[in-house]
Amino acid sequence: MILTIKPFKLKQQSVIPGFGITMGIALLYLTLLVLIPISMVFINSSSLGLSNFIDIVTSERVAASLKVSFGTSFFAAAINTVFGLLIAWVLERYTFPGKKLMDGLIDLPFALPTAVAGISLTTLYAQNGWIGRFFEPLGIRISYTPLGITIALIFISFPFVVRTVQPVLQGIDTEVEEAAACLGASRFQTFTKIVIPELFPALITGFALSFARALGEYGSVVFISGNMPMKTEITPLLIRTKLEQYDYAGGTAVAAVMLIISFVMLLLINFFQWWISNRHNRS
Amino acid sequence: MAGCGSVSEKTSNSSNSDSVTLLNVSYDPTRELYEEYNAAFTKYWKETTGQDVTIQQSHGGSGSQARTVIDGNEADVVTLALAYDIDSINKNKELINKEWQKRLPNNSTPYTSTIVFLVRKDNPKNIKDWDDLVKPGIQVITPNPKTSGGARWNYLAAWGYALKNNNNNQEKAKEFVKALFDNVPVLDSGARGATTTFVERGLGDVLIAWENEAFLSINELGKDKFEIVVPSISILAEPPVTVVDSVVDKKNTRKVAEAYLEYLYSDEGQEIAAKNYYRPRSEKIAQKYSSQFTEVSLFTIDELFGGWNKAQEEHFNDGGVFDQIYIKK
Repeated sequence: MILTIKPFKLKQQSVIPGFGITMGIALLYLTLLVLIPISMVFINSSSLGLSNFIDIVTSERVAASLKVSFGTSFFAAAINTVFGLLIAWVLERYTFPGKKLMDGLIDLPFALPTAVAGISLTTLYAQNGWIGRFFEPLGIRISYTPLGITIALIFISFPFVVRTVQPVLQGIDTEVEEAAACLGASRFQTFTKIVIPELFPALITGFALSFARALGEYGSVVFISGNMPMKTEITPLLIRTKLEQYDYAGGTAVAAVMLIISFVMLLLINFFQWWISNRHNRS
Repeated sequence: MAGCGSVSEKTSNSSNSDSVTLLNVSYDPTRELYEEYNAAFTKYWKETTGQDVTIQQSHGGSGSQARTVIDGNEADVVTLALAYDIDSINKNKELINKEWQKRLPNNSTPYTSTIVFLVRKDNPKNIKDWDDLVKPGIQVITPNPKTSGGARWNYLAAWGYALKNNNNNQEKAKEFVKALFDNVPVLDSGARGATTTFVERGLGDVLIAWENEAFLSINELGKDKFEIVVPSISILAEPPVTVVDSVVDKKNTRKVAEAYLEYLYSDEGQEIAAKNYYRPRSEKIAQKYSSQFTEVSLFTIDELFGGWNKAQEEHFNDGGVFDQIYIKK
């Protein structure tokens, strides 16, 4: 998912010998587990012919669902980026009782089956739920709206940002910050000029991982979204409705569009990351 | 929402003559029914033939279950929510004799059900019939017919009622169903999900549900909270059964698989169906359970829609009437 752009060096010295074999295994593994399954999406949908393909993927309902899926995933990833940084910061820079426990809690969303997460969140945020009932009088509906979808997506993709930022934050020497302070930089300046540029590539990576994870999410969202066509219907659900009609080609056609858009977006994000870190290193 | 039930044991011992294993691929709400029926059939088969039979059950959404059989899940028998799903198993390759629905009595449907309403205790919105569901301000809970086989029965029941009330005028029926779906605030992907929305989240004034599911909900959640309203006209829901010919011939289990389905029509089989709130086909057993089921005028898919394949194509496939309801607003 993350493309690191580096010059290709074949004769690099390494502690593990046998470049040929390891490279072979790596390629075989990737082919069997990633390339072939993903290419099946394109092969399956290619049976449709181009004009049918375009008809399906540009239909109103598919377009609406893509908007919902990409929009909510984007917001979820953006919110995770801000709060993920905050949490990583708290965990790395302060000591307090229960820190180890808190650190352990971060990964729990990964372990919880997403359907369970979806049902619990829906219960909490429904109009009669523990949290939802406080928003209802304000006229804010959470469950069965795009807001609810965003919350479910924040939940399931939240650990990515924390876990990518944390090691980088650990690696930054506090001496650099102290030096900046000695040279007369304010706290705000130190943060924006020293810390953030250092963390930026990790933040972007965390964002991209969260975003990609959220896009494909199905299990938790179907419970909280209410699945209203044109309003809160996510693309993975639309793919399932096509499969439910035994329309394999149509389902994979929509999946292919999702893959293409995601791939282009991830490519752009990585390029942006490369450009930022390059500029930062030069200055 | 659960996918397929777990089927861990391999079905390799079917060649052994004193024990045989069957796999019954079914849909979600029949779990309790078949648990009880399998025990009864195992006993009956042992008594009549001396052979031990082990029956494995797999449950999930009806459409997903059909797909697992298409993709090679070796089911000896399938007991699904609608004939369309069984027909679809033959879509790429004929795994089941095309005339399967004529092989057993009553369209190969040993038990039936119908579509009823579940309302909150004392029926605060006074919902009596289909007409009440399209009134402004009424919230109706039903799952999405595009993802749920059960929901297709709900939709067609409403459509059929509107047809019968408007001299078979299809346009009027479409308006009626559109008005009904305008009152639906949430489309769950499956029937159990819709029940949860109605019961646990307190959303909606009425849940459209299969009669047997409505009974189960009431029994589980207490009679003091909900009641069942049976509309004046509804659909005869026929969940059919059949053996999968290619599998039983390969595994050499045809005899026991056919007996397994035929025994559903026996007094014992019918009684188990009735106890699990499916309407029995047998007059005798139906008589015995007559206090349980309210009389209702029922129509069939074949009468009003020309069979499942036609109904599916016109209403639920992409671009069908259901899509038009939502897109042309």
